[in-house]
Amino acid sequence: MKKKLGIGKAFLYAILVLYAIVTMIPFLWALSSSFKTLEEIVSGTISFIPKHFTLDNYKQIFVEQQLFPRWLFNSVIIAVTVTLLNLLFNSMAGYALARLQFPGKKPLFIIILAVLMIPAQVTMIPNYLILKQLGWLNSYQGMIVPTMINATFIFMMRQFFINFPKELEEAAALDGLSRIGTFFRIVLPLARPALAAQAIFVFMGSWNDFMRPLIILSDPELFTLPLGLNSFKGQYISYWNYIMAASIVFTLPVLVIYIFFNRYFIKGISFTGGK
Amino acid sequence: MRKKAWREAGTGYFLLSPTLFVLLLFIIGPILFAIFLAFHKVQLLGTTTFEFVGFDNFKRIAGDLRAKIALWNTVKYVVIVVPCQTMLALVLAATLNAGLKGQTFFRIVYFLPTLTSSAVLTLIFMWMYNQNGLINHLLQAVGLPTYNWLGDPKVALNAIMVMNIWSTAPFFMVIYLAALQDIPDSLYEAAELDGANAIQKFWYVTVPYLRPVTSFVVIMGLIGTFQLFDQSYIFSAGSGGPNNSTLTVVLLIYQYAFKTLGTMGYAAALAFALAIIILIATLLQRKFSKEESLY
Repeated sequence: MKKKLGIGKAFLYAILVLYAIVTMIPFLWALSSSFKTLEEIVSGTISFIPKHFTLDNYKQIFVEQQLFPRWLFNSVIIAVTVTLLNLLFNSMAGYALARLQFPGKKPLFIIILAVLMIPAQVTMIPNYLILKQLGWLNSYQGMIVPTMINATFIFMMRQFFINFPKELEEAAALDGLSRIGTFFRIVLPLARPALAAQAIFVFMGSWNDFMRPLIILSDPELFTLPLGLNSFKGQYISYWNYIMAASIVFTLPVLVIYIFFNRYFIKGISFTGGK
Repeated sequence: MRKKAWREAGTGYFLLSPTLFVLLLFIIGPILFAIFLAFHKVQLLGTTTFEFVGFDNFKRIAGDLRAKIALWNTVKYVVIVVPCQTMLALVLAATLNAGLKGQTFFRIVYFLPTLTSSAVLTLIFMWMYNQNGLINHLLQAVGLPTYNWLGDPKVALNAIMVMNIWSTAPFFMVIYLAALQDIPDSLYEAAELDGANAIQKFWYVTVPYLRPVTSFVVIMGLIGTFQLFDQSYIFSAGSGGPNNSTLTVVLLIYQYAFKTLGTMGYAAALAFALAIIILIATLLQRKFSKEESLY
């Protein structure tokens, strides 16, 4: 019996290690390619250790494509603003739907749930025309305003506030705080775990979004990173050493966030998974 | 008392005002506008003009060869990717949940692809799929045939499938992992008393217990895979090539809406067709999974 368990364990470890390798290979290959010279890239030799280790690619991408820092800046501004606005507005909406009584509350909640089911492609074309009419194509607000709320997270925040202890709010009301004062001073600070999970997902969604910027932004000055990366690939199609260096640069910020907050990721997914 | 109710309603609407604003201007308004567009021919040159054409846009779908190719590619992609990514996610989650040492480390590693942007992942894979690239070298090393992954219409879509199964499975794995924590140990103990081995326990205890979660994972998978766009776009530089082999429905909608003139209304009609297909697929899935779903 004991021996059998040992074999089973070894088998499970084999699966885990094998899949870890499968997961890591593309990243390691990209990393190693980003330190190789163009000659080595073109020669097609397969080695994870660069023959002539070089940092030139990293320097060169900023020389060849002067807009890189600008794209990075655009991505940061848009993703950070979208995240902060989502945290605020989704919580406000979730709290109102969980705690306050007002006419039209139920139909509104149903509409928000129904919106979850509509694929983005249906609203994509009219959104373009509306933004065009507003003069918001090629602008930060065109990227930010339509995405500053999110039905999934309104729903998540509502569930969170429904389970929130009422006594705290009642105590705050006795102390003379208004409903809005209670929300901002008492409820919101205590919602930190739910906000952290939400922040990570909204940030990642905005940071990695490809389709919206592709449609809304045509001025290279305003590109976000994924869009910039795609256009960079168009210009330097056989310079895979550059493309990989650029890819690594763009992945690092998210990776750093992940290393610090990885437990919130897991929590957040369990949350959106209906738990 | 009456005054208090009014105040509460006022507060409620105040807190909901940003949501209502975006909901009306960028979601509900556009849905109504999209219905309008689907029945019109839209010209964007100079001033935007709309010409009522009735059901022409919808009728046109039936005769459009590229729409048929796009639908076929998308369906093929969904039918292969959804079961593969679901099974892979379940197996990985069950393995991780077996209580081995180092599972936190493995979980962190497995999750990496989910974090990385689709643009970066697609570029990394294009580089690996290169004719003289890593994947062909690996295939050659174990004696398998090599392919021109990016240029051969027969395999280009498969290349995207492999990449997306690899990058999406970890996300669903985490959902499974959370659900696995809830399975009571007593179920496994009872199975052990009945003489079940590890594989039997997985098959007769774990899999049935997780059925509601599987239903959720499959529905999310269906919605996601039907909307494949980023990877196809970057792979083919927006064309859907080689020879329309990576053309998906969403990529086709994008092309008709923003790349060819005068077909925006037709693109809106296609978008509705896609929404209906996704809805039907979701309903079918719910009908076939016998248990209550979480959704």
